[in-house]
Amino acid sequence: MRAFRQDMRPRLADVFRIQVISNAQIRSPILTLGSTTFSHIRNDNIYVVGVSKGNVNSALVFEFLYKLVSLGKSYFGRFDEEAVKSNFVMVYELLDEILDFGYPQNTETETLKMYITTEGVRSERAMEDSSKITMQATGALSWRRDNIKYRKNEAFVDVIEDVNLLVSASGTVLRADVNGAIEMRAYLSGTPECKFGLNDRLTLGENGADVSLGGAIGNLGGNKASKAAAGSVTLEDVSLHQCVKLSSFSNDRTISFIPPDGSFQLMTYRATENVNLPFKVQCIVNEVGKGKVEYSIAIRANYGSKLFATNVVVKIPTPLNTANTTHRTSQGKAKYEPSENAIIWKIARFTGQSEFVLSAEAELSAMTNQRTWSRPPLSMQFSLLMFTSSGLLVRYLKVFEKNNYSSVKWVRYMTRAGSYEIRF
Amino acid sequence: MAVNRLRSVLTAPRKGETYELRAGLVSQYAWERKESIQKTIMSMTLGKDVSALFPDVLKNIATPDLDQKKLVYLYLMNYAKSHPDLCILAVNTFVQDSEDPNPLVRALAIRTMGCIRVDKMVDYMEEPLRKTLKDESPYVRKTAALCVAKLFDLNPSLCIENGFLETLQEMLADSNPMVVANCVSALAEIHETAPETRALVVTSSMLKRLLLALSECTEWGRITILTALADFRPTDTKEAEHICERVSPQFQHVNPSVVLAAVKVVFLHMQYIENQQLHATYLKKMSPPLVTLVSSQPEVQYVALRNIDLLLQKQPNILEKEMRVFFCKYNDPPYLKLTKLEIMVRIASPSNADQLLAELKEYALEVDMDFVRRAVRAIGQVAIKIEESAEKAVNVLLELINTKVGYVVQEVIVVIKDIFRRYPGYEGIIPTLCQCIDDLDEPNARGSLIWIVGEYAEKISNAGEILAGFVEGFNEEFTQQTQLQILTAVVKLFLKQPDQSQGLVQKVLQAATAENDNPDIRDRAYVYWRLLSSDPQIAKNIVLSARPQITSTIPVLPGPLLDALLPNLSTLASVYQKPPQTFLGKGRSSALQAAAIEEAAENARENPIAAAAVSAAVAGSTTQQIQNNAENLLDIDFDGAAPASMQKAPLAGDSGLEGLAGTPQRVASPMSAGAATNGGGMDDLMGMFGNSNGAPPNPMNGGGGSDDLMNGFAGLSMNGGQPPPPPTQLDGSGDRKTKEDLLGLF
Repeated sequence: MRAFRQDMRPRLADVFRIQVISNAQIRSPILTLGSTTFSHIRNDNIYVVGVSKGNVNSALVFEFLYKLVSLGKSYFGRFDEEAVKSNFVMVYELLDEILDFGYPQNTETETLKMYITTEGVRSERAMEDSSKITMQATGALSWRRDNIKYRKNEAFVDVIEDVNLLVSASGTVLRADVNGAIEMRAYLSGTPECKFGLNDRLTLGENGADVSLGGAIGNLGGNKASKAAAGSVTLEDVSLHQCVKLSSFSNDRTISFIPPDGSFQLMTYRATENVNLPFKVQCIVNEVGKGKVEYSIAIRANYGSKLFATNVVVKIPTPLNTANTTHRTSQGKAKYEPSENAIIWKIARFTGQSEFVLSAEAELSAMTNQRTWSRPPLSMQFSLLMFTSSGLLVRYLKVFEKNNYSSVKWVRYMTRAGSYEIRF
Repeated sequence: MAVNRLRSVLTAPRKGETYELRAGLVSQYAWERKESIQKTIMSMTLGKDVSALFPDVLKNIATPDLDQKKLVYLYLMNYAKSHPDLCILAVNTFVQDSEDPNPLVRALAIRTMGCIRVDKMVDYMEEPLRKTLKDESPYVRKTAALCVAKLFDLNPSLCIENGFLETLQEMLADSNPMVVANCVSALAEIHETAPETRALVVTSSMLKRLLLALSECTEWGRITILTALADFRPTDTKEAEHICERVSPQFQHVNPSVVLAAVKVVFLHMQYIENQQLHATYLKKMSPPLVTLVSSQPEVQYVALRNIDLLLQKQPNILEKEMRVFFCKYNDPPYLKLTKLEIMVRIASPSNADQLLAELKEYALEVDMDFVRRAVRAIGQVAIKIEESAEKAVNVLLELINTKVGYVVQEVIVVIKDIFRRYPGYEGIIPTLCQCIDDLDEPNARGSLIWIVGEYAEKISNAGEILAGFVEGFNEEFTQQTQLQILTAVVKLFLKQPDQSQGLVQKVLQAATAENDNPDIRDRAYVYWRLLSSDPQIAKNIVLSARPQITSTIPVLPGPLLDALLPNLSTLASVYQKPPQTFLGKGRSSALQAAAIEEAAENARENPIAAAAVSAAVAGSTTQQIQNNAENLLDIDFDGAAPASMQKAPLAGDSGLEGLAGTPQRVASPMSAGAATNGGGMDDLMGMFGNSNGAPPNPMNGGGGSDDLMNGFAGLSMNGGQPPPPPTQLDGSGDRKTKEDLLGLF
């Protein structure tokens, strides 16, 4: 839509339309025609395409496209055809600001919102502001404004974990890991410096074990079991927001940073050891002859009885030629969704230590081509508060500021289903 | 009357959208003007030609309203080419704006000036650019830095004369990290387009500044700096250690492309570190972030996976223990699944082989055909790579045969043939294979089975019968591949059991020599015939000689190519796993150009009169031909909406086409006409015809010509593989498949 280089022709959009959108054969997000490369991602109903010549950095292109989408979302609420059409002037302005001659510039939402606003900045009025803005947009602290003031200084920390599980038909766990993210909402005055501590023991490879964080926890050379016993968690890898001083992190594993104002993702991490699976699923699926499939599914909650999971949705795949289903559940509601080829079982509240069962039958219509059913895995969705699959806890969050104000910190934990799949 | 009519055509219509917009643009109310500008831009975005409004939009350029200014500038950038003269009217505003007290306005002015690609504008750019490069606001400086690259693109000599390059190089010491990053971007680009300027040569003192800026600038700036660092060659091991030490914290950055760029720097600089222990440490540090990349967005993941694939070929054990992360999720897009399979096979080891085979079996039962085939092939690759797993793999394969799904069975047969070539002792399963003989319709699978029957003829009681069936339909076989296999298998059978199969061998040789018109098959048959009729012992020694054992069926890039690709990590080249020249056309066109110049010189020596015409045509055709043919395809319905680029493109395009049809030599050759109509193979076909056309009078095109012929064939075979794709499609996976298929032909 917007050409940043002279050698890009506006008609390339049509080429893309013909070659990618209306071509079902294309199975790669990257396509090179002649010497022009199209890299595309999809978001809702629009394609976002980066067009380039030369040997570009593809990772950068895709990452930038995603950044553009997330920027669009934070500006317009969502980023779809409707939003782009009704905000095209803004989109132009944004593009102009974040990309110059094909090189990405500052893409920090918070900073951009200071000078690209829906109301528009008046040149004279914003005179003194704009020099500040530009300092900000290029400065070392490009993510934080000066002179932020709050009457009440608060910081909210959300630890959100997506637990991924893959269980084979025989019940062995093929893969269980956690992708966690620590989201923070900081409403702190001035330029606060924060220090953040977790109960983690960051092992980067084998030898990393001796550079463990949180020296308070002893038992350095212990095996996995004793590590877990000592209440520490092994994180495979962490990625940190750009406000975190990476050099000090790599020296002594302290996470210290000057937070952006408002909400941001402080870090993401991965854990693969000692993953506590919130749900245990047992499923028995029998194909009775050619006309019927019988399901018997039991789900048990493995967490403490004081906790409860919400929005539990179990998706039980049925063969493509399912004509009708009957089901009984001990809790929640089940419904056959022909469009998804699945029985959807919803349980609004799933208390810890309880077990619910579903038994169902799917009647199949006769089909001419007898193709074996590929049996896609059963999948689950849920969200569970005050529980982390990895066992991660926030040990402290300290805020240092020259005004020495006291601040209130809130911590919340949540575990969600990432790709929670059980084969049968 | 006529004059009147003419006038009415010339004056703008008094109705319609354009008229209304124009009225709005000159309205006395500011809000109305602004609204009209927005509407104009909207029409422009939709692809309507609103260039007629140029003068009216231009009137609104001097405004205190920053938003409006941006819109007008946007319009200017789009249509400047079609109204170069009117652009000059805007110059004054630009120059004024570039001295505005508001840094945002200054930056906007200089940014836009760089994007207005009109020669006259260039003359006025010099002064504002010089000033803004020294601006007090870093925001303006960083914008101006990039503007130098824009100017260089337009007018390199002006850029050099004014010393802008030196200014940029000095600015690398700027206190602001973002300015530094943009300077690096600009210099790197200039350096790439014109290496002779030596614009960006990282020195040890510069290194310090870059490393300093690295930890402070934006994510994108980090990538720029990291890329520059990757190209730097450290002077000694100390320096390399220092770089790795400073760069490795970036592994923890949240942006996957930063992580990849950092991995690239460390990976390249590691080679210069002498301390082996440090080596190992960095490799270990590298693996968790690489694994984390696998949980990013699918497209980013794809790039990461392709890069991991490259890294694994260089350092096979960096991800040894991480098999499980590469397990495919049910709803991963197909391109991810296929790439993950490649990687799983690469990190397979005796300790995880069982797990992997179980997983691969699951995949082989899915529905996506490509994926299933690839999974089956992966089972074979694992079996051949890891001896301990062979038996289990064969069992899995046998289970798969029992599924009776056509394509699964065929793929299994091909894979089992490879396993036979690696390990003896699995002949017991041959009867099972022979049962599905009638279901095989793919040449590869048929060929494989026939090979097995021939190879183990003595162990198969009814080998003669089976082969007789094939010989019966020898000339109905669709492919040369199976025919050759039948031929060889029957000869093997005869050598092993001469008394029972004499009739059969006679029959097949007869069919292959007398009734077949494929020269390859006839040749092979004659060779066998003579061998057999001279001395059966010699024939035995030749036909039944032991073959070298295969050790791996996992495709590996040749060493030099791999080394060439590693500095290209995270770029397109790494995704395609091809050197950049091959898919960007640049390198190839210059090679062709060189060949063409040589050709012209040769012609000039022989025939001075024709030379002028030819050289004109050649010069026009070679470079432009390659670029433009592809490019012209992209411009299919190139119309008035973009008069800007029209000015240049047709010139080049025309000469390219004239090159094809205009000169006598080329008309004489029917091939060139064919090339012109054939839209498909474009690039490669052109490459081939371009040279062979010029050649007829003088068969001198030794090395170069044959190279290009090869190019041509590569293009042909690719297009043969996938019938309709218009221009050459460099779809990584598709292309590799054809290559693998070629490799698969024993």
